Amino acid sequence: MSELIRVENLLKIYRLGETRVHALRGVSIKIQKGEFVAIMGASGSGKSTLMNILGCLDRPTQGNFVLDGTDVSSLNTDRLAQIRNKKIGFVFQNFNLLSRTTALENVELPLYYNGTPAKDRSRRAREVLQMLGLKGREDHIPSRLSGGQQQRVAIARALVNHPALILADEPTGNLDTRTSLEIMEIFQNLNQNAHITILIVTHEPDIAAYAGRHIQFRDGKVIADGQIQPRTASEDLAQMPVSPDEGVA
Amino acid sequence: MNLLLTFRIALKAIGRNKLRSGLTMLGIIIGVGAVITMVAIGSGAKARIQEQIASMGSNLLVVMSGSTTSGGVRRGMGSAPTLTVEDASAIAAEIPVVKYVAPSLNGTTQVVYENQNWSTSTTATTPEALLIRDWPVTSGRTMTDADMAAAAKVCLLGQTVAGSLFGEMDPAGQIVRINKFPFTVIGVLASKGQTTWGHDQDDVVYVPLTTGQRLLFGTRFPGMVRSIMVQTTSPEVMKQAQEEITRLLQQRHRIRIDQENDFSIRNLTEALSTAEASANVMTILLGAIASISLLVGGIGIMNIMLVSVTERTREIGIRMAVGARQRDILYQFLTEALVLSLIGGIIGILLGVATSELITTFLKWPTLIAPAALLFSSGFAAVVGIFFGFYPARKAARLDPIEALRYE
Repeated sequence: MSELIRVENLLKIYRLGETRVHALRGVSIKIQKGEFVAIMGASGSGKSTLMNILGCLDRPTQGNFVLDGTDVSSLNTDRLAQIRNKKIGFVFQNFNLLSRTTALENVELPLYYNGTPAKDRSRRAREVLQMLGLKGREDHIPSRLSGGQQQRVAIARALVNHPALILADEPTGNLDTRTSLEIMEIFQNLNQNAHITILIVTHEPDIAAYAGRHIQFRDGKVIADGQIQPRTASEDLAQMPVSPDEGVA
Repeated sequence: MNLLLTFRIALKAIGRNKLRSGLTMLGIIIGVGAVITMVAIGSGAKARIQEQIASMGSNLLVVMSGSTTSGGVRRGMGSAPTLTVEDASAIAAEIPVVKYVAPSLNGTTQVVYENQNWSTSTTATTPEALLIRDWPVTSGRTMTDADMAAAAKVCLLGQTVAGSLFGEMDPAGQIVRINKFPFTVIGVLASKGQTTWGHDQDDVVYVPLTTGQRLLFGTRFPGMVRSIMVQTTSPEVMKQAQEEITRLLQQRHRIRIDQENDFSIRNLTEALSTAEASANVMTILLGAIASISLLVGGIGIMNIMLVSVTERTREIGIRMAVGARQRDILYQFLTEALVLSLIGGIIGILLGVATSELITTFLKWPTLIAPAALLFSSGFAAVVGIFFGFYPARKAARLDPIEALRYE
């Protein structure tokens, strides 16, 4: 397994008026390709800041960040945008789909920004949607989809550019238990079958239990980092009583 | 992001909020419509003045004889017997920049045909006068040098005179009496319409100068004429011609330096050029006032785009997260503003053209829609869109993706 993420001595300081907030105080992490990592910690522990930096949405005040062999800590905003487009897929707690825009167009969105021809855009978006069990919903707008379906559209959007890394920020935070399990099942499948590296940020131990590695944050520092034997979402799902309908957010 | 795609995204965004987009466009629609209508009114007025200049004869100088004073009553220009046919010949012969010269006499006469009569202005002049004024006949033939030489009792009638005396009938070949002398009507002059000051140019009769001298306007001074029309070869030489004619006539009339001239030269084209210049000023003024409404429309676009950027902060964050660069966002919002203003501009053009038509139809004002005005106003609309769209678009492009994604 080769290294996908290496951060060394990451420091992030925000200025809030007069005061300086140390969001990250020297974080060093290595993540190999194909890992499924859960980043845990209370709010304010620095895990979101780390996610923003790993997602190339933010730059560290100090320290190095090498993503897939590229040192991204010094890149300008345009290059960061390109890295986000090519290497990273985001999944958010509140789905962050474009409203009044069809599922298909939402999934096509990343392809707009890398010059993919219109025909390929549509074909690839349809493929990914079908893979996530959303065939027939291509022309639905988000408000006509359930929470689980919306999150699956968001995952499809994250996957459409064949990213090396999926960053999921509380992906099940707005979903009921059953739907959460379904989403975790998708992540586990992607991780095991497509060997996509997945990082999820969560404060729910139940959800983190499906990841093979837990990194615990407190006060801007890593306080624990270890492998565990993950639960299998599909097995847990099979034992749940069948609900009459898909979960609603 | 290619251009076509950017346009499609912009159209979609505009279509999503139709009422708001429509109201935003309204500013541009009214602005462009106003510019086009106002410029059309100005251009129409200018075109009518240019028509006047053309109908009066271009590059035209009129030499008038001086005034006389009898018993303390000063009788005005043209009353003194100072200009002669020989003066006219001398002008034609000695000044090279002169193209045509037409000496003339004129006065009010009564024209009678059978039981109809009509008082009108009769001009006795040479055939050159009709060349200078570029005045063809609609029926019959025009005046010739042979008519002049023979002092033939022939006349040309203006449209108004022909209509008053003959109605629908063609007067050519008929005999009319002018101040009791029988004249054969050889033709009817084409219509020239009214001058800007309401003078009917068709209420005239033309007779050969020689005939006029002999029968209608005989004086004690043979060869005397009231005025001489002079056409120069080009508009540039009018000043020069005016000076040379003055010098020539001063010489011929033996006027000393300390004496006043016994003639005057009027440059009618110049008077109308002044009118044309004021029409130009009017066009610019009207256009400028209308442009202000276009400017206000632009501010409307800026306002709505700013609201739109704020409302769509989350969308901008999402787009940035999936790989939109700052310039992708900038172009997206700039294109939206541009499309808004261009659509507004096109509708505004249609509105402006329609309004101009209505003004011509109902107010009888002449309007002229110049293609340049259409190009200018649509270009201006686009510039307004880009100018007022730039600030909101830049604001959108500079959003921090993290903040934008978190925006509620």
